[in-house]
Amino acid sequence: MLNYIKLIALALVTLLALIAANYARDLAYLVHALIVTAVSGGLFIWSLKSFGTKVTHSQAEYMDGVVRAGVIATAFWGVIGFLAGVFIAFQLAFPVLNFDWAQGFTNFGRLRPLHTSAVIFAFGGNALIASSFYVVQRTSAARLWGGNLAWFVFWGYQLFIVLAATGYLLGGTQSKEYAEPEWHVDLWLTVVWVAYLAVFLGTIIKRKEPHIYVANWFYLSFIVTVAMLHLVNNATIPVSIFGSKSVIVWAGVQDAMTQWWYGHNAVGFFLTAGFLGMMYYFIPKQAERPVFSYKLSIIHFWALIFIYIWAGPHHLHYTALPDWASTLGMVFSIVLWMPSWGGMINGLMTLSGAWDKLRTDPVIRMMVISVGFYGMSTFEGPMMSIRAVNSLSHYTDWTIGHVHSGALGWNGMITFGVLYFLVPVLWKRERLYSLTLVSWHFWLATIGIVLYAASMWVTGIMEGLMWREVDANGFLVNSFADTVAAKFPMYVVRGLGGLMFLLGSIIMCYNLWMTVKKSPAKESSLSVAVPAE
Amino acid sequence: METYSFLREFADSWMLLFLFLFFIGIIVWVFRPGATKQYKNTADIPFRHDDKPAAD
Repeated sequence: MLNYIKLIALALVTLLALIAANYARDLAYLVHALIVTAVSGGLFIWSLKSFGTKVTHSQAEYMDGVVRAGVIATAFWGVIGFLAGVFIAFQLAFPVLNFDWAQGFTNFGRLRPLHTSAVIFAFGGNALIASSFYVVQRTSAARLWGGNLAWFVFWGYQLFIVLAATGYLLGGTQSKEYAEPEWHVDLWLTVVWVAYLAVFLGTIIKRKEPHIYVANWFYLSFIVTVAMLHLVNNATIPVSIFGSKSVIVWAGVQDAMTQWWYGHNAVGFFLTAGFLGMMYYFIPKQAERPVFSYKLSIIHFWALIFIYIWAGPHHLHYTALPDWASTLGMVFSIVLWMPSWGGMINGLMTLSGAWDKLRTDPVIRMMVISVGFYGMSTFEGPMMSIRAVNSLSHYTDWTIGHVHSGALGWNGMITFGVLYFLVPVLWKRERLYSLTLVSWHFWLATIGIVLYAASMWVTGIMEGLMWREVDANGFLVNSFADTVAAKFPMYVVRGLGGLMFLLGSIIMCYNLWMTVKKSPAKESSLSVAVPAE
Repeated sequence: METYSFLREFADSWMLLFLFLFFIGIIVWVFRPGATKQYKNTADIPFRHDDKPAAD
């Protein structure tokens, strides 16, 4: 019966998408309607061919297939996102790379949201979904709840990524930073996210362990908060159901405040709470010792979620936002030092008694440096949120440098560490193909980030100082174009740093691929002699 | 506008007090007697069920 309903629903969606394509008012919507037609039509044929075959879910096994798929997707989207980032970095240094023949599609303004969403939502999001599915099963001692629903979450999320990315290139965006997708894509993400919450929460509810491990608290707060942020910041009314354009219901400064309440908590809960969930599981696993202080981890959790949610207004200093609101955001940003550094100390001190592993295990080195970058960027962020500092740093490249030391250093490095941990476990390999290549990745990525952050500090502070420089009569000394010209060398250095980071990630992909292909399998290790290294 | 004024006043008085006490309560609760022993057990969860779910 359920199979028939599924077939009818898929046929209906295909038909409706074709009708929508016919009436489409803009290019982005037309392409999206055709993508939905292709996907639902393809699913219809696939469901018809596999009609009657029943997938069984053995409760005595973990559901790891979807985690494996997530690991592959993470590595794939990572490389795409880093590549887009390197390209737009060089577009800024060499404007000729905004090709005339592709004007309106591959110029900086179109590619920039493609880069940010590819790294945050495609690379980071897949890493979060895959690792949360892995962690929640192991720490609940139970198989994922909901059978194939986890697969729906995975593929539904990939569809969201494709719709978002094509929308950006074709101009279907609502111009809200990190919330660019238009209303129809937002609706689809909502469906996927509710399914994600159901799978995660369902697994926690049927857990065999009496206690919910702290990593799951972080993951759960990430899922719930992102749902709330997404719904409020995307409260839009479409102009037409056959077009991608929509209008937000909030007006003026309320809209700005809502956007940065969203934007900063996307950082706080997507890029911080979720990734702290990774830290609290994978660092103890890789170090083979429990977390330094479980009490501290609980206080860390509650302090983080109680404080982060108020920090958004620091994005709106010196705007129409009331002073009390931006002061509130600033004060809470500074209070955030405490939980952030508490968490960093907890992660680092997990290695106490095992510091020698830093010398022998490049994977743990990667995880430790990611926590180090977490500490550094959570120091820098509150400092930049202080109104006086912000008057210099805002709208300059310092902000971009700050974001990247957090995103490349903290999110990127912890994700690489998790991928290096997961691939041998998920594909049942004895070990990684090559630790030397992990070391190469580590150093390329670390030096790349240092080049990136340092050049952005220099260019950002220089730019800020040039903008505010006035002569004896009170006239501005520099034109905007003067600052652009002065920034050129730093832009080239930044691009090179990004290139090194990209190279490191390609080495990682090769290493992980060879781990699956060439590394000895785990079961056969007893019967087959392994040559000494 | 009346709803706004009411919510605004409520948010920076009673709600603020509630959230603050809740937070202090958590810190006190974390250091309750016997917590260390229990948390030692909880912190070991990642090392228990690596390969397959617990049997019923």
